[in-house]
Amino acid sequence: MITLDTDDDRGTGAAVRLAQDHPAAGPTLPPPVRRIALDRPPTVASPAPVGTGPGAAAAARHVRSGERGPERMRLEGLSVFYDTNEAVRAVDLSIRQGEVLALIGPSGCGKTTLLRTLNRLTELTATARRAGRVVLDDVDIDELEVTTLRRRVAMVFQQPNPFPMSIFDNVAYALREQSRKRPGRAVVQPYVEEALRRAGLWDEVKDDLDRPALRLSGGQQQRLCIARAIATRPEVLLMDEPCSALDPRSTEVIESLIGELRAELAIVIVTHNLQQAHRVGDHVAFMYLGDLVEYGAAEQVFGAPRAERTRDYVGGAFG
Amino acid sequence: MATEIRTPGTLPPLPPYVPPGGPRRPPRRRRTGESLSTWRYGDRVAFALCWACGLALCLIAAAIVVYLGVRGVQYLTFTLLTTHPEAGLDQAKTGGFLDPIVGTVLLTVIGIAIATPIAVGTAVWIVEYGRPSAFARAVESGIEIVAGTPDIVIAIFGLALFQQHLFAPLSLTADGGAVFGRSFMTAGAMMSLIALPMVFGTTREGLQAVPAHVREASYGLGKTRIATIRRVLLPSVRSNISTGMALGMGRICGDTAVVIVLLGATLRLESEGSIPGFNALKGTGSTLTSYVYNNSPAGEGNAPQKAYAAAFVLLLIVVALNLAVDVIARRGSQTGLQNGRLGA
Amino acid sequence: MLERLRAPWSDRRAERVLGALASLVLLVIALMIVFVAVKAWPTLRNNHLIGWLGFGGDVDAQISDQVNGVGRGGDQFAINAGPLIYATVLTTAVAVVVGLAFALFSAIFIVEFAPPRLRRVIVPVVRLLAAVPSVIYGLIGILVLAPFVNDHLLPDGRKRSVEYVVQLSGTSLLVATLVLTVMITPIMIAIITDALYSVPKSWTEGAVALGVNRWRATWTVSVRAARPAIIAAAVLATARALGEGIMLSMVSGGRGFSPNPLDGLSFLFEPLRPLAATIVENVESLNAPAIRSSVYAFALLLLLSSFALSVGGYIAKQPMKKYGIRV
Repeated sequence: MITLDTDDDRGTGAAVRLAQDHPAAGPTLPPPVRRIALDRPPTVASPAPVGTGPGAAAAARHVRSGERGPERMRLEGLSVFYDTNEAVRAVDLSIRQGEVLALIGPSGCGKTTLLRTLNRLTELTATARRAGRVVLDDVDIDELEVTTLRRRVAMVFQQPNPFPMSIFDNVAYALREQSRKRPGRAVVQPYVEEALRRAGLWDEVKDDLDRPALRLSGGQQQRLCIARAIATRPEVLLMDEPCSALDPRSTEVIESLIGELRAELAIVIVTHNLQQAHRVGDHVAFMYLGDLVEYGAAEQVFGAPRAERTRDYVGGAFG
Repeated sequence: MATEIRTPGTLPPLPPYVPPGGPRRPPRRRRTGESLSTWRYGDRVAFALCWACGLALCLIAAAIVVYLGVRGVQYLTFTLLTTHPEAGLDQAKTGGFLDPIVGTVLLTVIGIAIATPIAVGTAVWIVEYGRPSAFARAVESGIEIVAGTPDIVIAIFGLALFQQHLFAPLSLTADGGAVFGRSFMTAGAMMSLIALPMVFGTTREGLQAVPAHVREASYGLGKTRIATIRRVLLPSVRSNISTGMALGMGRICGDTAVVIVLLGATLRLESEGSIPGFNALKGTGSTLTSYVYNNSPAGEGNAPQKAYAAAFVLLLIVVALNLAVDVIARRGSQTGLQNGRLGA
Repeated sequence: MLERLRAPWSDRRAERVLGALASLVLLVIALMIVFVAVKAWPTLRNNHLIGWLGFGGDVDAQISDQVNGVGRGGDQFAINAGPLIYATVLTTAVAVVVGLAFALFSAIFIVEFAPPRLRRVIVPVVRLLAAVPSVIYGLIGILVLAPFVNDHLLPDGRKRSVEYVVQLSGTSLLVATLVLTVMITPIMIAIITDALYSVPKSWTEGAVALGVNRWRATWTVSVRAARPAIIAAAVLATARALGEGIMLSMVSGGRGFSPNPLDGLSFLFEPLRPLAATIVENVESLNAPAIRSSVYAFALLLLLSSFALSVGGYIAKQPMKKYGIRV
């Protein structure tokens, strides 16, 4: 066991000297894990003073009003099996409008599977089977028509996947293909504009909506996918690590977007990045190897986690 | 306050052990899928059309394969496979098609033997050297033109070419000095032109798929370009070359036009000249394809039974070559380049 | 000297040798074009282009005149190849249009809707059918389909009514087009299926996740992304159909007749003979100069059309590069 000094006076909670600062420590010892103070949110570097810096805007919006919105989806004892391998074990969760639920956990712990179950995308995999109930607005999703369900529960993927069409056609895609008779461009135009505005992309593309979507940058493509997903005004938005393929500037734009969108939607975001979960999430669910280990408000899960595994994960002991 | 630090390597404990035969299986539940009633009218029509086309495809494919199989088994006998063809009054009863089988094999071997070195060499030149680039593009376009040319056009080109006096040694020369132009050699040369685009295409694809770091590693060791090609690149595209050869052989086996024009249409293999071995190549003969054509109502003989039997043998050869392509391609992807790494 | 051969080759020498091989290939191809054009020159010189490509006169009679060496001077080369060209265009166009539609829907069926067990069987069978030699298709056509049509579909009355003009029989437009369609469709199915499989899964998953039904998702995303492959398949099939001589000479009736759509149902049973089949049937008589030059002129026409076809296919694929579809 190695004990290292801490330096609480500086108030950073990260004042540990690593092995790489001391070459004399020898190559045989692995670098020690940073210690963090349990009563502070986990950060990589010293946190910027409140009100300045790139994260400040997001942190400011993080303030919550207290009362929780209506419940949109509820998971009751949901289990997902791939053949006999139980990827998700008896999870109970509640997804409410007006807040962002962040699913965190190490790789392979079932968070993406859980997310994909919410819009029945697991049915695309032949070996996947479900037990338990998922309820959308008090209707079991198994009893809903699959295409209707997926119009109400939209999804944004990890890699931006705009179709090989123009920007306008991408955003208008769902609107056109879901209707009985294909609506004309004039009918669809206001919805496309509204979706692009809500996604924060309108100003950048309004000059030429017929440009090929694949010519946009990575961050713009992901915002286009978000615009495409919200064009039909879904009730729930599922996001599977939307910023993992993007640079920090685009990540920041999308995180502020999430903060704005959560007023009308219930958002579930799966993320690897603990700091992002803390910035963006109102409630956090920590999953480990298929079990829902802890669920609670973000400050509580990060600040004072009840389960030991949560404490270890949040503290960086594994990941 | 100093806290204990756990070094990485001591992870939290694993979940509880699941006994064998005991993992929970969820109950099967009826789930509402997509119901066609929500689809647009045009979509439903298209869906029905897809199913109709799919089923029609299965039926037609089954009909062709089954019919040929039944007729072939009905008429194919061992004697047919091993006796020489004979001209007789009752075609249905005399002779077999040993010579056409030999002819098919001989022609395929000649054709692929000429095509492969030229095709591989050209592909290597285009991918590795390719200067001047206008010339390289011209060669590529030329090979595409050959790939799209009807085989009958290639056949009569061969006839025109090999009837020149320059190519007299390749075939029979009549007493009046006219070059016959029809022999196994000339037909084989034209068959190589038919097989060339296939071998070229697969070899070029294979060479282009070799990642740059393989070549760079070899150059970094000080090898010349030609040594790299011989020792590193060509072995790694062996399966591509084999696939191309099998595809080319399939195309040669199935080609009738070149055979009818350039092989002299003698039922048996007639040798020409006196050099042993070479005289067979200089002579004329027939192959399974021309045999089928001649024994059908469109040709001279009228022996549909023999035509069916020969067609069945031809089909078996084509199936075998197809299987060879699949096997080579699968094995090649296992022992060749996998994710950019050479190795088993 | 043996040592010089065994010594490692220099790059320069290797490049020259390989370049010589490539030049040999290009030389042979150029020779082909030159030979065919030169041999075809007498016909082209002695016939007006419009007259040569057009109708007028019985092309069969003209051909037999040329085979027999009738006529002197420029007259012996006179021929109106219109009926032959019309036959080629008719059979090719119908076969490619019907075949492409059939291939597209079958490919979508195989990729989307087929049960997995059926899919595992049908894909290798389709590839096998694409490799079957054309003479076997011709055999089935002439031994099975033509007698069937002759005996069961063609009423005697109709036959007798047009006896004085043309002999209707099983070997006809109907059987020729049918067998040609069946012959060129498997390769189109194989190409389109491969293209549909190689569409990135992120696109298809994204479309399905937007609540679009399976058919719509496939049609608007996968098929759209596979458009270059569909064009390539169509070009390949057209080239094959244009050049198909052996099979068509077996089943198409062997008469240089122009089937007339205004004849009603008889249209389907009228004989015809496309260009490549004409070449096949006249290949023994290539010693007579007139017929030889006509045959090479037909070959030149086929060569030029397959060249125009690949250029056309290339041009048709260019606009699709814009939206990021891999061409």
